[in-house]
Amino acid sequence: MTQATSPDRLIYMANQIGTFFRSQGADKAVPGITEHIRKFWDPRMRKAITAHLDAGGEGLDPPVREAIAALKG
Amino acid sequence: MSLVHEIDYGTPRAKSATMVTLTIDGHSVTVPEGTSIMRAAMEMGTQIPKLCATDMVDAFGSCRLCLVEIEGRAGTPASCTTPAMNGLVVHTQNQRLQTIRKGVMELYISDHPLDCLTCAANGDCELQDMAGAVGLRDVRYGYEGENHVFAKTKPSPGHDHSPHDCENDHWMAKDESNPYFTYDPSKCIVCSRCVRACEEVQGTFALTISGRGFESRVSPGMSESFLGSECVSCGACVQACPTATLTEKSVIAIGQPEHSAVTTCAYCGVGCTFKAEMRGEELVRMVPYKDGKANRGHSCVKGRFAWGYANHKERILNPMIRERITDPWQEVSWDEAFNFAATKFRGIQAKHGRDAIGGITSSRCTNEEVFVVQKLIRAGFGNNNVDTCARVCHSPTGYGLSSTFGTSAGTQDFDSVEQADVVMIIGANPTDGHPVFASRLKKRLRAGAKLIVVDPRRTDIVRSAHVEAQHHLPLLPGTNVAVLTAMAHVIVTEGLVDEAFVRERCDWSEFEDWAAFVAQPKHSPEATGIMTGVDPKELRAAARLFATGGNGAIYYGLGVTEHSQGSTTVIAIANLAMATGNIGRPGVGVNPLRGQNNVQGSCDMGSFPHELPGYRHIAGDAVREQFEAMWNVKLNAEPGLRIPNMFDAAVEGTFMGLYVQGEDILQSDPNTKHVVAALSAMECVIVHDLFLNETANYAHVFFPGSTFLEKNGTFTNAERRIQRVRKVMSPKNGLEDWEVTLGFAKALGYEMTYSHPSEIMDEIAALTPTFAGVSFALLDEVGSVQWPCNEKAPLGTPVMHIDGFVRGKGKFMITEYVATDERTGPRFPLLLTTGRILSQYNVGAQTRRTENIVWHEEDRLEMHPHDAEMRGVRDGDWCRLQSRAGETTLRARITERVAPGVVYTTFHHPTTQANVITTEFSDWATNCPEYKVTAVQISPSNGPSEWQRDYDEQARQSRRIAIPAEAAE
Ligand code: SF4
Ligand code: SF4
Ligand code: SF4
Ligand code: FES
Repeated sequence: MTQATSPDRLIYMANQIGTFFRSQGADKAVPGITEHIRKFWDPRMRKAITAHLDAGGEGLDPPVREAIAALKG
Repeated sequence: MSLVHEIDYGTPRAKSATMVTLTIDGHSVTVPEGTSIMRAAMEMGTQIPKLCATDMVDAFGSCRLCLVEIEGRAGTPASCTTPAMNGLVVHTQNQRLQTIRKGVMELYISDHPLDCLTCAANGDCELQDMAGAVGLRDVRYGYEGENHVFAKTKPSPGHDHSPHDCENDHWMAKDESNPYFTYDPSKCIVCSRCVRACEEVQGTFALTISGRGFESRVSPGMSESFLGSECVSCGACVQACPTATLTEKSVIAIGQPEHSAVTTCAYCGVGCTFKAEMRGEELVRMVPYKDGKANRGHSCVKGRFAWGYANHKERILNPMIRERITDPWQEVSWDEAFNFAATKFRGIQAKHGRDAIGGITSSRCTNEEVFVVQKLIRAGFGNNNVDTCARVCHSPTGYGLSSTFGTSAGTQDFDSVEQADVVMIIGANPTDGHPVFASRLKKRLRAGAKLIVVDPRRTDIVRSAHVEAQHHLPLLPGTNVAVLTAMAHVIVTEGLVDEAFVRERCDWSEFEDWAAFVAQPKHSPEATGIMTGVDPKELRAAARLFATGGNGAIYYGLGVTEHSQGSTTVIAIANLAMATGNIGRPGVGVNPLRGQNNVQGSCDMGSFPHELPGYRHIAGDAVREQFEAMWNVKLNAEPGLRIPNMFDAAVEGTFMGLYVQGEDILQSDPNTKHVVAALSAMECVIVHDLFLNETANYAHVFFPGSTFLEKNGTFTNAERRIQRVRKVMSPKNGLEDWEVTLGFAKALGYEMTYSHPSEIMDEIAALTPTFAGVSFALLDEVGSVQWPCNEKAPLGTPVMHIDGFVRGKGKFMITEYVATDERTGPRFPLLLTTGRILSQYNVGAQTRRTENIVWHEEDRLEMHPHDAEMRGVRDGDWCRLQSRAGETTLRARITERVAPGVVYTTFHHPTTQANVITTEFSDWATNCPEYKVTAVQISPSNGPSEWQRDYDEQARQSRRIAIPAEAAE
């Protein structure tokens, strides 16, 4: 992973966050990921990952997809 | 102004709660049991003559100058070694005592040079003082007899003038090998204060008294030079020496200081306080301050001696600008520099949007300076693109501890270690990184506390003079979470949980989930041993010791945080402390050892893009509105970019201007090539620093900075302790750093008006509940306070979470081990981990510009003999270090400190370019880079890599400063 640019790097980061919250229990995963991304990602990063989801969301793990979909709300 | 005077009580303070009362010279005095008669007398203001006693070390009783008479006792006992007891009646002065003392002094003086007038200690010599105190008027013995004073014996009547006849075997030449102090044995009175200081205070045991009687001499190691010995140059012996025998070279060169001010070290997170002793505006020496609550009168080589960088010839004193980074620098006035920078930044915003600029605050600058930079960004730039270098070191501490306990900080003060029974050190190397804390820790370990070290390397603390770890768990880099979860497994499955504590203080159902998780067989030490490389038996024993050994305290460092699971590791540490009930009283706790002096402070001051000062999220309307009202501006409610995100955005073209206060991101951040790409893509980079650092090679504006000696403010150390930094000389660059930021802000059209940093602190206090009680006036009065400092805790809070966690109930969280994606494989079979050494600091910008280079001329690559042999690398050979990100070359050091399969280096020198190697993998929660694990390959090489040569050439070009044209006046 040398010159990773988004969305690759964002997908990687989102999945990493997903991995942590998944381990916290099924019910906590999606809200945990959504909250984390909303709290720590700047708007352009959130926009980019949402756009990536809208474009098919390739590479995003399942709960992460759900969590990003919930970001829009 | 005058010298800050500290009383020497002769012997250390006794800690007993039982008091005893005795009579000294007719006055009744009450002191804690265990206090010496000498100290008791000093507490009522009577100084008994003394030479071998000083209150930084235990009494030894060798000089016999401090004799007293005690009614009803025979003889004249030494007051330094005789404890005060109820009912004693003591006389400190009468004819008999005076006669004995005079006799003692006469003997000392007869073997001491009488060159007082030209001696460096003139005016600061206890031997001189005592000669006066005992009324010594003449000395009956000459130097004809045996002495240590003269290189050659005085010619005597039958003297044949042959060289042999002249030589004095007792005389020893000066040892000038240490760059900072001199040892002149001819002046030594063999009081052994230096030896005891080295043992008791520093814990290095470098000095001994060799020989006996008249032959006895102080000697470093086995008659080595100071530089060649174990000595770490902490200077404790120099401070303890009552004569000119051990003297700072700066005092010899300049003379005795005439005034001083108490200030705080600007190097590491221990936060030692010093008396900066001055002559006019010239610094003569730094002397650790006894009342400093972090250091208690001790220091390391950096704080005491390594301040020469302030006058280094490479320090930049004039503002400079340039259009392109290929141009030479142009020196300009401050106003020109401010306007040039402001025009660029406003231009970028006009072209690329409001969010296209940002800044990085410095963990080396004061709280006040950091506060104004983040204020400039939030209020003046109109976005939240502010981050700090804590991103790359301790951001996971903030996340982990606030999630579990509710505060982003360590739980204890440093004094707490004196009450710890079992100390666990994880991923930290305190003897190098936090030396004064290490000395305090070692003192406790010598007194019987147990030690567990979790670290891939056999660090010095694992085994050193009179200290040995009970357990060293040499885990493979990157497996912290697995090891700590396995410890939790042992504690839970063997029934060692402090259930009463957990039931009372923590959320019980979260605890149950966690306990069920860690109890799974797959988390046992036996099951995880293959991945972690840790012997299950050792791990079980360590876990049992920690859970059952009494007060358990955890100290951790960057070896915990700088991983892709850094935040998870911090959480795992918090879980362990809660499960064993080790939170909320002295002697226990979870304590991050912070790297830079003000990492804690820069985080507290709102340097993170999502948080206002005091760790409150920017999206919270109530808090944000308070700031808006005070700052008179509407704030952006969205979190900004973190440092790695800024770099990514720069490469993408959406982030074009950066103001960097006192950090060298190019040298300190991972994957140098990516950082270079990002910086090169930006339209305006402003570097605000003392030197043309590596980042400045890509900068368009340079604001020269001021040193900690040149400004007022506060630093906050790793124990949350807020301490004053006091200005002792005018800024050589003309402005204190906060004034520079104000000047830039004004040019941008956001004027801030403060006339003194104390006013900035008042604003911080008004806006931040945990700082509500803090003011310069309070700090001047009480010395220091640990936040929270407010109505509930007017003098601060040494130990946190005493009656309950800040967040309410302590929160146990699941810590699933996830192997990092940075894996070894056939191409990159070794794991590189990085660290630091004692004499150098961070990227070395300051320490490399001091005499400290005698201890560390270059970064070396440590590797195990087995790995070295397989690759044909010998000690001292150049070798090529390659990772997926890049390659560099450096010289090898073959050592068994590292396990086979693991290699290690430091990152203090820019030519090493260790971060060309490190990758961009980062902590899942905070993007803190994974410095501590990089898969690498090593092969022999014959010199610097092409990248290193190109880089050096670029740096050389970029540092050119145009010769100013003749002023056209
Ligand atoms: S400088 Fe420190 S380590 Fe060196 S001999 Fe003196 S006390 Fe010991
Ligand atoms: S060097 Fe100084 S402190 Fe050490 S024994 Fe000699 S006089 Fe005492
Ligand atoms: S570098 Fe750290 S340990 Fe050394 S004097 Fe400074 S604050 Fe103290
Ligand atoms: S000071 Fe007490 S014996 Fe030296």
